Amino acid sequence: MSDTFQLEIVTPEKMVVKDVAEEAQIPGSNGYLGILPGHAPLITELAVGEITYRNNAITHHLSVAWGFAEVLPDKVTILAETAERPDEIDKRRALEAKQRAEERLKSGSTEVDFTRAQDALQRAETRLQVAEQKT
Amino acid sequence: MANILDIRRRIRSVTNTRQITKAMKMVSAAKLRRAQDRALAARPYAQMLTNVLKSLVTRAEVYDPETGEPKHPLLAQRPENRILLIVVTGDKGLAGAFNTNILKAAMRFLESKAGKNLEIEAIGRKGRDFLRRRYKSAQPRSAESQEPASTTIIGEQVGVLGKIEYGLAAELAERVIDRYAKDEIDSVYLVYNEFKSVIAQRLVVERILPIEKIGVTEMAQAQEMTLEDKERAIEAAKGAGVGLRPADTRELDAAAAQFATAQVDYIYEQPPGELFKSLLPKYVSILIFHGLLESVAAEHAARMTAMDAATNNASDMIDSLTLAMNRVRQAKITKEIIEIVSGAAAL
Repeated sequence: MSDTFQLEIVTPEKMVVKDVAEEAQIPGSNGYLGILPGHAPLITELAVGEITYRNNAITHHLSVAWGFAEVLPDKVTILAETAERPDEIDKRRALEAKQRAEERLKSGSTEVDFTRAQDALQRAETRLQVAEQKT
Repeated sequence: MANILDIRRRIRSVTNTRQITKAMKMVSAAKLRRAQDRALAARPYAQMLTNVLKSLVTRAEVYDPETGEPKHPLLAQRPENRILLIVVTGDKGLAGAFNTNILKAAMRFLESKAGKNLEIEAIGRKGRDFLRRRYKSAQPRSAESQEPASTTIIGEQVGVLGKIEYGLAAELAERVIDRYAKDEIDSVYLVYNEFKSVIAQRLVVERILPIEKIGVTEMAQAQEMTLEDKERAIEAAKGAGVGLRPADTRELDAAAAQFATAQVDYIYEQPPGELFKSLLPKYVSILIFHGLLESVAAEHAARMTAMDAATNNASDMIDSLTLAMNRVRQAKITKEIIEIVSGAAAL
């Protein structure tokens, strides 16, 4: 069995990643999944989080917000609503979004707004976290 | 008889106009190419999502085995009494009959549903301006509202078409889905100009909710391009160096078709039913996103064609004006010679 697999990350706007990887970590909605070549076929929903994959000893990071992944022994395909590399992330915007979400959480309005603000906060935090990483 | 100076001045002015229309045509051609690329880039995602949903339909028991009733609210069919129509036009004019045609189709659709409660969401400045003159704006109608059926504008998006982002479509979809699930509207239609290539365009009214069959949307109306329009578009595209054939998507589609359909037993991290529930709304977003992208491409194509026609008309005008000018000049010279000759003869 080969020691790499194909990795594709697709968003509605473009194909973000088409690469080979030796190892990947994806944020499944039930927790992070580590994937090595030869993984059993799997389908999962993705939560907000960070995808990391390693190719030739270089680790790449991406932030994703909601997605869907298909894992096959030799190929991993990820559909994500947004997927950004660290250099594509607008740090200031993420920071502003974070502050806004925090304020909304503090003001303590209705339940729907609460979950929304929480999601927004999580997205912003992930973005910032990924932006700190180097590709 | 017209003055030579006046004619010269007109020729100069028409030449200037021609320069502008020519530049606009080239700009539109470049923008069209970019819009086509974007539409193409959106394809794999849409295809893959459709695939996953199709395969989930069979696994997730989307329909109740006993009653045949759909378990998901977005699949529920209700008698159509409250309709939401999303009208996608352009923000700018000078695109031939592009905006007019879309609005005509929208009006036809509204008339065909007369007597029902109709709500309109306008995307694009041209459509908003037109619809605003006819209908009043109102708040979205709640499920309990007892007011008589009317036609109102409930939302507008202006100035968003220059840079279409997925977020816009997702937001719109979220709002629509929410209202549909709350039983505030019974169906949602999208009017836009479908764009496969410069010569394969259709004006369509597409039903996006309820979803009857995944991967196929029901067309309430579809209007093909006329032959005349096609010929004009071909000519314009040739002059601007835009390809006529739709981009070759076979390879892309083939790759996307394999997604999540391998003949293996997948481990499902979540129950298929739940996956289906979270994926279906994304499908609605992608339908809207797709409509927006195609509409933008079609707008640029329409502007390119219109500007090509304008450039040709300006050239024709310059030709006929030049001819008229020469004739006047000739007449003047002849007159002068006659004067000299008759003057000489009189001596």
